[in-house]
Amino acid sequence: MYKILSAEFIAPNVKKLVIEAPKIARKRQAGQFVIIRTSDNGERVPLTIADSNLDEGSITIIVQGIGKTTKELNAHEQGDYILDVVGPLGKPSHIEKFGVAVSIGGGVGTAIAYPTAVALKRAGNYTISIIGGRSKEYVILEDEMKKVCDEVFVTTDDGSYGYHGFVTQKLKELIDAKRQIDFVLAIGPIPMMRAVAEVTRKPKIKTVVSLNPIMVDGTGMCGGCRATVDNKTVFVCVDGPEFDAHKVDFETLERRNRTYKSDEETALNNYMCRSEEAMLKAANQK
Amino acid sequence: MSKLSNKERMKIPRQNMPEQDSLTRRNNFGEVNLGFTEELAKMEALRCIQCPKPTCVEGCPVGVKIRDFISLVAEGDYLGAAAKIKEDNMLPAVCGRVCPQEEQCEIKCIVGKKNEPVAIGRLERFVADYERDLVGIRTPQLKPKTGKKVAIIGSGPAGLSCAGDLIQMGHDVTVFEALHELGGVLIYGIPEFRLPKDIVKAEVESLKKLGVDFQTNAVIGFTDTVDELMANGYDSVFIAVGAGLPYFLKIEGENLNGVYSANEFLTRVNLMKAYLFPEYDTPVFHVKDKNVAVFGGGNTAMDAVRTSKRLGAKNAYIIYRRSDVEMPARKEEIHHAKEEGIEFLFLSNPVEFIGDKDGWLKGVKLQKMELGEPDASGRRRPIPVAGSEYIIDIDMAVIAIGNGSNPIIQKTTPDLQYNKWGNIVVNEQTMQTSKKGVFAGGDIVTGGATVILAMGAGRKAAAAINEYLKSSN
Ligand SMILES: Cc1cc2nc3c(=O)[nH]c(=O)nc-3n(C[C@H](O)[C@H](O)[C@H](O)COP(=O)(O)OP(=O)(O)OC[C@H]3O[C@@H](n4cnc5c(N)ncnc54)[C@H](O)[C@@H]3O)c2cc1C
Ligand code: FES
Repeated sequence: MYKILSAEFIAPNVKKLVIEAPKIARKRQAGQFVIIRTSDNGERVPLTIADSNLDEGSITIIVQGIGKTTKELNAHEQGDYILDVVGPLGKPSHIEKFGVAVSIGGGVGTAIAYPTAVALKRAGNYTISIIGGRSKEYVILEDEMKKVCDEVFVTTDDGSYGYHGFVTQKLKELIDAKRQIDFVLAIGPIPMMRAVAEVTRKPKIKTVVSLNPIMVDGTGMCGGCRATVDNKTVFVCVDGPEFDAHKVDFETLERRNRTYKSDEETALNNYMCRSEEAMLKAANQK
Repeated sequence: MSKLSNKERMKIPRQNMPEQDSLTRRNNFGEVNLGFTEELAKMEALRCIQCPKPTCVEGCPVGVKIRDFISLVAEGDYLGAAAKIKEDNMLPAVCGRVCPQEEQCEIKCIVGKKNEPVAIGRLERFVADYERDLVGIRTPQLKPKTGKKVAIIGSGPAGLSCAGDLIQMGHDVTVFEALHELGGVLIYGIPEFRLPKDIVKAEVESLKKLGVDFQTNAVIGFTDTVDELMANGYDSVFIAVGAGLPYFLKIEGENLNGVYSANEFLTRVNLMKAYLFPEYDTPVFHVKDKNVAVFGGGNTAMDAVRTSKRLGAKNAYIIYRRSDVEMPARKEEIHHAKEEGIEFLFLSNPVEFIGDKDGWLKGVKLQKMELGEPDASGRRRPIPVAGSEYIIDIDMAVIAIGNGSNPIIQKTTPDLQYNKWGNIVVNEQTMQTSKKGVFAGGDIVTGGATVILAMGAGRKAAAAINEYLKSSN
């Protein structure tokens, strides 16, 4: 059992959970993830480690409540326990001194891009970050990014804050303005990562994305997480999660991620009904 | 029992083990075999002619004293029989169910030369179940504590049996397991209908009672490396991480939706209990009234195809590139599969998976094969027949063509010696690796093999580790 040391919403439906896991905190490097299971009936879901704190022996994960398990996780409060947390899994980000490094985060992708941005800065890069959200309240970790990056651009789809437009548009502006860019890391929804890959393909800027396939064990045992990269099959959990964006077959990834779409809806609906019932019951008892 | 002459013994027919009717069982995940009753067990035990030189024992990879335990069964001393088996085999309830007896002990049975061999596996199972039901698993006396600590990586049969021996020898034992449940393939691979999970859990519980410390969610290589374990106070390490890297066919369309490795399909259904979705969160492809093809001819393939039938598949095929005689699965599993309505397509090799416009599997193109000269494995090599391709409609495919070795330990412990398939190289007498204090056994050394061989390796390693710890005082 892993204790939750703190839990707070940092955007609508997006919760930051600090979990006591001293071993993982000590070992983890930027780009790695954990697999979490919340109950005996639960599924195993991968979540990137956003941060760690060696003094309190904790790791931070940032969870967007989309499906049943993530919503259930986000119902957890400080002092609650999580049944299983295993990690750190996956290969750490490949960090070197590229020169000018741009980290791009879309939505909660920012939480995943953040630790790598920190590592890129430490390695001596001039770091720029572009972080986006649907609207102002969906932009996360702006202050944290500002602390580590030389420049931070915030974009919103609706223009309610920062630059009005997508992260890719901002990136394209920087490229068009002939800013030197030696490395791009892009993490977020698949369409966004794919769009970034298209923007950097022609100018031949080395670009890395972090893939999010469905996983089971996370140790290379099942092959459920396989993706197509450079026309070859890879196991994302052990060969990745980061890959050369210009070689990833995003279509296959997106399609495989839809495998259990209707089941995910069933599970979510059941969960929401049960939560509602529980709330009604609690209200009636009062 | 000396009252019966050998001639009379030979006249007793091999006793059938009661089982669930095939039409009923293919709709449930309950155990297929129901086990001998006392009467059946006694009767079967009387068939043993108590050879002065029992050849059956030679056929057993760990040398269980088969004749002696069977004689105890015939006398009705079932607990004595259980104790006799446990002198050599720590997991009789498991092995009685999953060992390939027909090619180990039973093939060597003298009775079997003329009649059917004595049902050694069924008797082993009966005895182990009898003991568990009556008294629980009995826990042996422990030697005084030695103060030495051993880390075991992996909780499959190799790891569990090694842990059981070492704790009895007085050492402190910690088992590190990557998954959230203990038991290795016994838990995540072999289905409930062939090996009820309660049996594996009981074995684990008895080790816990003896004081074995189990740490789940610990992927050695990531959470700690082998070197870190050695540096952090463990005097010796036993690596028993199994095979665990699924092979794919490497053909077109393999990443379509609906194509699984056997490991993934079975893990979803067994470990994560997808057959109880949505009560359990993990889903699996809905095969109800759909067509399923499983590629391969081993136990894993039989488990996968029979699982798909239980999930409601309309047509469930085994597609195997050689003929039925070359199939490596236990005979009983093949027999049960056929009874359950599994269809076998022999001498057929997949060349391409075909998908619909949305990327869901719709069919597979197969090529006919014919058998040529025997290959290195002694089995006749399948050769493709030109122009023989044909397509069958399938909605889900499971690839069960074996496992390579998982590279996590290799990548993080480079100074261990490996062979070209990534198996750890050991001294076969002691299971000692090229690294001081580090031993290895089970599928990670042999490649995918059997439960009994893994268990035997675990015990061999425990004896050698004990010697090593004594000498390193
Ligand atoms: C579906 C299926 C059916 C089978 N049927 C039969 C049968 O009928 N009869 C028979 O005799 N054999 C059968 N086998 C083969 C048999 O199960 C194996 O040979 C045996 O389990 C090997 O035991 P092991 O202890 O070496 O490894 P495993 O049972 O594979 O256990 C290894 C354990 O180590 C864990 N692990 C891996 N890496 C790490 C790490 N880095 N850190 C920590 N833990 C780790 C794994 O999660 C796993 O729990 C079958 C196999 C399968 C897959
Ligand atoms: S999640 Fe099973 S191999 Fe990657």
